[in-house]
Amino acid sequence: MDITNETHSQHISRQFNQELEQLKTQLMAMGGLVEKQVQDAVEALLEGDSRTAERVRDSDNAVNDMQIQIDEECTRVLARRQPAASDLRLVLAVIRATSDLERVGDEANKIARNALTLIESDRHSRGMVEIRHLSEHVRKMLRDALTSFARFDTRLALEVLHEDESVDNEYTTATRSLVTFMMEDPRAITSILSVMTILRALERVGDHADNLAEHVIYLVKGLDVRHTDPGELEGSLGE
Amino acid sequence: MSAVSFSAAETQRSSAVVDFPSTSSCFDIEALSLAYEGKPALRDLTLRVPRHRVTAFIGPSGCGKSTLLRGLNRLHDLNDQVTRSGRIRLEGQDIHARDVDVAELRRRVGMVFQTPNPFPMSIYENVAYGVRLQGVKRKRELDEIVEWALQSAALWEEVKADLHASAWTLSGGQQQRLVIARTLAVRPDVLLLDEPASALDPISTLKIEELIRGLKSQLTLILVTHNMQQAARVSDYTAFLHAGELVEYAPTDTLFTNPRLRRTEDYITGRVG
Repeated sequence: MDITNETHSQHISRQFNQELEQLKTQLMAMGGLVEKQVQDAVEALLEGDSRTAERVRDSDNAVNDMQIQIDEECTRVLARRQPAASDLRLVLAVIRATSDLERVGDEANKIARNALTLIESDRHSRGMVEIRHLSEHVRKMLRDALTSFARFDTRLALEVLHEDESVDNEYTTATRSLVTFMMEDPRAITSILSVMTILRALERVGDHADNLAEHVIYLVKGLDVRHTDPGELEGSLGE
Repeated sequence: MSAVSFSAAETQRSSAVVDFPSTSSCFDIEALSLAYEGKPALRDLTLRVPRHRVTAFIGPSGCGKSTLLRGLNRLHDLNDQVTRSGRIRLEGQDIHARDVDVAELRRRVGMVFQTPNPFPMSIYENVAYGVRLQGVKRKRELDEIVEWALQSAALWEEVKADLHASAWTLSGGQQQRLVIARTLAVRPDVLLLDEPASALDPISTLKIEELIRGLKSQLTLILVTHNMQQAARVSDYTAFLHAGELVEYAPTDTLFTNPRLRRTEDYITGRVG
């Protein structure tokens, strides 16, 4: 049975409704935080703002704390409520989603650290255009994935799954051209390696957004679509 | 993973069908309707219960799950206010056919109730009672059957030191296992359990559940329970009944993670239906 974002607020126990609602709210707050961190880290790099980059680098704890708090909440719900069906799927999806979001936080941290290296080297590096493009792309994916979670919108989740393919292509093209630059100008190798690390981190953010979208499909439809080729999904989803 | 489909028809196919070959069918219930004094309790119910599996009937009070269970060994025969239509077959044989011996049917289809009901006699005599009625008289043979039944009911180790103590000296959980041993002693094919653990503490409940799982290699078990976690823990298949109708029947894993119908979802997750 498909569910909607109203489904979890119709229990006889109002306390249970509140507990599940709280999980969703906390997850969205965590999502908002890591999304902001990715955005700040990339902007810090593009604008040469080392203070913002340092702030992102040092704010990892807040995300980790949120993950622990949400996981504890999920454990409590599992132990006290023994949820079934869509309630169980919600708790599982939230646990999985926090793990992905925590890793997005780690990637933002990685971007901030490499941004600092690049800013401090004071040398204009190639690859900034690619970083800007890729970051816009994956941030949209992340935003859409979180929105699809909030709205239980599997159509949007499906779009995110499709986007991941083009992000992967964009990443491959960008790294290929950067390798050429490194061969042409060996002095640029150090800074281009930092750029490549940032691109890799952004590509990973896309992967985590992709995972989030899969969790949404599991939550709403009860289908586990991990490890399923998006092309294969396309023909059979009927969405 | 194979192709995934979201279409409604696909989801229905994947989640709701209890599919097994008809040769694995223990009970075959067909268009069963039953009424108490004209008031319908079961409406046109059709389902098959697989052999050597645990099948749970769940549903709110008055949904007909106990009525259905009692129908399976013809306990309703004792009540003339009950009218019935439809057919119940056990291993292919109509249980209401003229040539069916009801006492023999009830030996083959044993029943355990909510409250343990040991006879006011010793542990040994409780278990030997039905076996004696069947004509077994030799002490040695009786001893063997009693020990086997108590072993099967996971009670032997706790009572072997004093088999001649009164059954009333046992705890509630032990009494329930004694009743199960008494039923097993006559070698039934099916064991019907009507809320077998609802009067027991959590540890005794777990022992009964462990016993249910262990017994399915020997016989078919059908469990009626209000405790949804219990149905989820021990059964292979679950049927959800509501207002005398079979709403959804599915493998337990499917029913408790992704039920097909809204009514089932609302019931098992405790929502306002």
